Amino acid sequence: MQNIVKEKKNNSFTKKNLLITAGIILGFLVVMYLAEGNLLNRQYKSLIVPIGIYIILAVSLNLTTGFLGELSLGHAGFMAIGAYTGALITLNLNMPEAVEFIIALIVGGFIAAIFGVLIGVPVLRLKGDYLAIVTLAFNEIIRSIINFLGITGGAMGLSKIPRYTNYIWVYILVVLTIVIITNLVNSRHGRAISAIRDNYVAAESIGLKVSKYKVMAFVIAAFFAGIAGVLYGHNLSVLKPADFDYNKSIEILVIVVLGGMGSVRGSVIAAAVLTILPEVLRAADDFRMLLYAVVLIAMMLFNSSGIRTKLEESGKLPKLPKLTRNRAK
Amino acid sequence: MALLEVKNLGISFGGLRAVDDVNLNIEKGQLYGLIGPNGAGKTTIFNLLTGVYRPTTGTIKVDGVDIVGKSPSEICQNGVARTFQNIRLFKKMTVLDNVKAALHNQVKYSLFTSFFRTSNYYQSEKQMNEKAMEILKVFDLDGQANYLASNLPYGKQRKLEIARGLATNPKLLLLDEPAAGMNPNETAELMETIRLVRDKYNITILLIEHDMKLVTGICEKILVLNFGTELATGAPEDVLNNPEVITAYLGE
Repeated sequence: MQNIVKEKKNNSFTKKNLLITAGIILGFLVVMYLAEGNLLNRQYKSLIVPIGIYIILAVSLNLTTGFLGELSLGHAGFMAIGAYTGALITLNLNMPEAVEFIIALIVGGFIAAIFGVLIGVPVLRLKGDYLAIVTLAFNEIIRSIINFLGITGGAMGLSKIPRYTNYIWVYILVVLTIVIITNLVNSRHGRAISAIRDNYVAAESIGLKVSKYKVMAFVIAAFFAGIAGVLYGHNLSVLKPADFDYNKSIEILVIVVLGGMGSVRGSVIAAAVLTILPEVLRAADDFRMLLYAVVLIAMMLFNSSGIRTKLEESGKLPKLPKLTRNRAK
Repeated sequence: MALLEVKNLGISFGGLRAVDDVNLNIEKGQLYGLIGPNGAGKTTIFNLLTGVYRPTTGTIKVDGVDIVGKSPSEICQNGVARTFQNIRLFKKMTVLDNVKAALHNQVKYSLFTSFFRTSNYYQSEKQMNEKAMEILKVFDLDGQANYLASNLPYGKQRKLEIARGLATNPKLLLLDEPAAGMNPNETAELMETIRLVRDKYNITILLIEHDMKLVTGICEKILVLNFGTELATGAPEDVLNNPEVITAYLGE
């Protein structure tokens, strides 16, 4: 058994990486076909970028919620910081498009991360419900400040932001986010983060610095939320503070919970499903939001209760990849 | 010089003196037992030794280093590892990852390496896997390395907790009721393992236990605690025949 585990790990090292690279390229071709080809109409094509943005948001929030195990309701706040920072950079700089956009993405992410440190250090002393409420308050504070400041355009917001975001940028950043977060989770830092989630007293007893790793997870999540914000602003071309209220934070949280806490793959699938769903339900007109809620409840029940396992075991349903993390054999 | 030197240790919770004036000297390589009736303050002493509580009075020295006022993680890096009375594993992580998490401060690489998996990542992880599997093998857990910790049977969970503590490379290992809930066979096996661990890793062990068979079987010296104070110290046979100890356990 011991040898099997080891050998598998060693052999798959290069082969697995090759496969992943091939998968990434293939994925890009599929996205390119969907965005450029004739398969989808314009309505659905315009969803490709938002799906990518929600994937980045959900995967990064999953780091705080799923892997660190702390409920954060302020993710839209970090997104707002990134979005406004990025927009102000591209509006004020006069540089070639790509250069300007890369600067906006990096600076947007970093400013959000700095706020992550400022908020995280005092706030992460709280746990559970208390932390959720404080992060929610932070979200509202950020929104109010943006509403109040002159440079951000107040309640009117910013407009005429160049539309730099396209499916290529989004695809690259989605892949980067997923790769970095998956790598992190499976590293010594990620193990420390998960250990703190499972039992922080035991984590301390084996020499892990609990507050350091809590802040680390929170800040990395904030960084990616900031990047998603930059993409968001340069996709819509207009930004209003009202876009970043607590509803947005909860929307991201819903994706994470539906996809499964601690499952990166689940977050990706759930982000895509929940972005497409309202468009599909557009035909239902008045009943749209009602149906959306019903579908959401049905999916949650199906995924987390025993119904699915029973159907799969009896052979009535093909075995689908599990969204929730289950590594036990 | 003693590996663990505790002098006049005491802690008060409000008006309650939970531990009062306890002295403890454990030599390097010794297997030391801490016994006493329920509520005597045994686990409180463990919490004081590992920095969960800060003592109100007294000093604690591990290998000559004063550890009073240090945080639990710093104390762990000073060479003290422990297990818990109510098992505290990382339940949603695999058995292997539980041990690898404890190797955190032995095999290090940077956050950048974590993000981008440079070759250093593969080398360090391989090294960690080997170390972790070696420790798991001692506890006969190597076959279940990929199980979730919560899916292990109770006895194995207790063993995994010891394995995890051992992975932090301690000088002193504190075991809080390692045999609780085990049947006689498992207890006998555990005794062998504890002895083996002590000899193989050259460490000192302090354990709390109610199972007198285990205590008399492996402990070289015992401290009996009652109402937070020392009742008796000495070799197991002497201490357990002490009338005061019998009274404390069974009443008059």
